[in-house]
Amino acid sequence: MSELLSVRVAAVRALTPVVREFTLVAEHGRLPGFSAGSHVVVHMQARERKFRNAYSLLSDPADPGEYRIAVRLQDDSRGGSRFMHEQVGVGDRLQLSPPANLFSLHSLGRHHLLIAGGIGITPFMAQIAALSAAGASFELHYAFRGGLTDAYADELARRLGERLHCYDAHRDVFLDLPALLAGQALGTHAYVCGPQGLIAAVREQALSLGWPPGRVHWEAFEAPRPGEAFTARLAASGQDIAVAPDQSLLEALEDAGLDIPNLCRGGVCGQCATAYVAGDVEHRDSYLDPSQRNALLMPCVSRGRCDTPLVLDL
Amino acid sequence: MTVKLKPLESFRDDFSFSNSPEAIARFPFPFPEDSYMYSVNLEPATPREPGSVLAHWFDIDEHYRSEMAERARVLDHDPRRCIVMPHMQQAAWDTVEMLMTHLADDYPELFSLSRDGACWTWHNRALDIRHSFTFGDAATLPYEPLEYITRQVQGDFALLDQRDGDLFMDAGMVTSPADWSLAFDAGMSFKEWHAPVPMAHQMGVFERALKYLLNIQVDRPARRLNWTMTVNPRLDTSPETYHEWGHERGMVTPDNVARMVHLRVELQFMPRLPRSNALLFSIRTYLISLEELATNPAWACRLHRVLRDLPDAIADYKGLTRYRRTVVDWLAQFDPEVQSA
Repeated sequence: MSELLSVRVAAVRALTPVVREFTLVAEHGRLPGFSAGSHVVVHMQARERKFRNAYSLLSDPADPGEYRIAVRLQDDSRGGSRFMHEQVGVGDRLQLSPPANLFSLHSLGRHHLLIAGGIGITPFMAQIAALSAAGASFELHYAFRGGLTDAYADELARRLGERLHCYDAHRDVFLDLPALLAGQALGTHAYVCGPQGLIAAVREQALSLGWPPGRVHWEAFEAPRPGEAFTARLAASGQDIAVAPDQSLLEALEDAGLDIPNLCRGGVCGQCATAYVAGDVEHRDSYLDPSQRNALLMPCVSRGRCDTPLVLDL
Repeated sequence: MTVKLKPLESFRDDFSFSNSPEAIARFPFPFPEDSYMYSVNLEPATPREPGSVLAHWFDIDEHYRSEMAERARVLDHDPRRCIVMPHMQQAAWDTVEMLMTHLADDYPELFSLSRDGACWTWHNRALDIRHSFTFGDAATLPYEPLEYITRQVQGDFALLDQRDGDLFMDAGMVTSPADWSLAFDAGMSFKEWHAPVPMAHQMGVFERALKYLLNIQVDRPARRLNWTMTVNPRLDTSPETYHEWGHERGMVTPDNVARMVHLRVELQFMPRLPRSNALLFSIRTYLISLEELATNPAWACRLHRVLRDLPDAIADYKGLTRYRRTVVDWLAQFDPEVQSA
């Protein structure tokens, strides 16, 4: 396992009933710098289990002193977000993977159209800091449920003024995506982060309006959904590894001491692709194409079935 | 470990460059086996033993003053060796920060950096340079920031913008290239600037290498060695100056081969630039004459076998064809298999 960063929780803020913000500082030395749109994987040692969840860095990349992340308590939490909300307080220590960026701003974009849904606002917090510092042209569209997932609405209103457009579902104000995308100038890059439905809607709408696919950037950081318990078998050694319902296959392999390369832990980046030789797979990633799925799976999100072991080429 | 800097030597005209026994001992000999073929020989750049060329992110050695004087001279004649496209400003400042902090940490006797917010003071004792400047404000430095710092660090530097699932060579300082040109490659994608390399495309080398490089994380750099050969210890073998050095490939004779022909090794080191998300591609070049190299007979024996069996397409691409035979014949004396045959 590559070396992790040790950090201490310097502050915790409850932003809404379901969103808590954590300020993290280095235990020793300085934190590495990061670019807007980066995430870290937080390694949490609970009493019986380890959780590893990816969270976007939302602090200003120009400020090297601290990292901030925001965690939304998931209704069907496998344990990671609940652990962060209930067990982690000021002074506690956490370990992080170093920052990686799968959602960077495009350096040649002439206008940046940012679209956030709920907790999907987090990568944009860093991006608007970077865009503002660079004097770049941008606008932010922020859809949420007022009082619940509007974590940064007030702060953003102060920072952005007319560049912020809010859509509060509790007040029946909704984003008109076709109009928004149709009205953009050539050279605009769109970025969307939030629920799968929002991402799919933006991608489909842009495609139907003739946007080049490379002008639409998206990030879906959702912790892997739970499923049935199943058994993974390592072809090389014959070792059986039990995967609990609320555990990802990747986490189970890591707990068994295997070092699988990974970055996003959300079925997007392709780093953890693993070959399998037998077993039924429930593919849940958005990386592999159907032909690849006959031989490969993404253990960060995809699962086996309970009746037969999933035999991995490991 | 303190670095002993040699007085000025030249990489042109009288070619007074040479390696001390200590420099020979730490030379990065690039062949792990008796034959060579392209591969994705990238590895995590974990630091190695003190004193070795892999001890620090950016290696400073006895040739420091000479290489910096050579860079200044090349830039005097051709300022286009340093290019920074407008969208690479932040990557340039990232590079300033990375080079200054690592050099000050790793070579405190030569370099120091003090930071007070954005007010930085850089002191380079080896070149007697001291500047206080505002980080992020190019007007407070005597050169554009990338040029300022790379005039003080050995090796060439390409800054690769990461976008559209690819890398683009959108900035750099390249005064000691092994027959390639930054001005020509500027703006190209990863596969475009590698297009002239034979065989490797068909092997899928560049696809796999690109995938690896795109996923390099902050503070998790990668490295690899690359090699070619150069006639005379000439750092600036660029297409722009081909008229100055191309004909030297025809001047190698059995009498002068040991002193004239040099193995040229590039230690390529690739860290993520944290704030810009660009990739820094640094190319640290080491030159060693065959005569110096043969002070280690195991190296001479292995180089003999590598060059003897090298595919013609690779030899051609590396520009060795005209003098390969002469080199192989000279190295044969160090190969026990040849001697006993």
